[in-house]
Amino acid sequence: MGKPLIGFLCGLLFAFGLGLAQMTEPSRVIGFLDFFGHWDPTLMFVMGGAIAFYMPVWYVLRGRKAPIGGKIIPKKLAGHVDTRLIAGASIFGIGWGTAGVCPGPGIVLLGRGNVDFIVFVGCMIAGMLLYALVGKPKASPQVRAAAQS
Amino acid sequence: MDWETWGLAAVGGLMIGAAAASLLALTGKTAGISGILDGVVRGEKFEFTWKLAFVLGLIAGGVALVFVLPGNIATQGLRSLPVMALAGLLVGFGTRMGGGCTSGHGVCGIGRLNVRSIVGTVTFIAAGAITVVVARLIGGA
Repeated sequence: MGKPLIGFLCGLLFAFGLGLAQMTEPSRVIGFLDFFGHWDPTLMFVMGGAIAFYMPVWYVLRGRKAPIGGKIIPKKLAGHVDTRLIAGASIFGIGWGTAGVCPGPGIVLLGRGNVDFIVFVGCMIAGMLLYALVGKPKASPQVRAAAQS
Repeated sequence: MDWETWGLAAVGGLMIGAAAASLLALTGKTAGISGILDGVVRGEKFEFTWKLAFVLGLIAGGVALVFVLPGNIATQGLRSLPVMALAGLLVGFGTRMGGGCTSGHGVCGIGRLNVRSIVGTVTFIAAGAITVVVARLIGGA
């Protein structure tokens, strides 16, 4: 099994999980973010389930060599918090709270073929390219070293 | 109380976790979808093929959901087309600036006890919650 096949199957399973959990219903996502209205905890169960599976797998395997490609499975990161993280996460949160769609469900929703989601994903890609063009810091050697650790 | 929805949501979450954990265990890669899509659209040199395959898997899953669970996948967006466009732009720009989205920070990052991801996730949930309140005040909905 090569990396592309694994990538495809993981993407497929990821999409089924999102669908079963109704994360492909933007109203469910908006409902979760609506803490001051009629709060819908569904997204909390999704995130909880995902972390509950992921965390023990990572904990056991961290620092070992992955069987395909030989990359070391990452250990705990340094995890520095900066203004870029806060600003970026805030901008993302505003878009997320507006449409009720984040990147994963957005791509899955392309399967519906509706123009609303095609436009959303198209503009999401434009936003990514825009950041690559104008937003990216000119990394100093120190920053680059930190990013690779 | 909607225990059936929440139970299925937890199972769906486990499937998402299984997908991300499989990618990690087999290839050492992080299943951060904004980063994966970014790599594809920028035509990244070394990681392009598996990232493209992952995105195609997501789309194929969406097509399958339309037939298998049609009630679970929205038929249209909640907002007008210009607002959907603006939201998409913010999501794309913001996830790259913040280095992750709900999957990369919210699942994989928190799953690896990464402080940066925990702070990022709390921040985008808070920003989303404020946006929902503001949108209600503006829209009167």
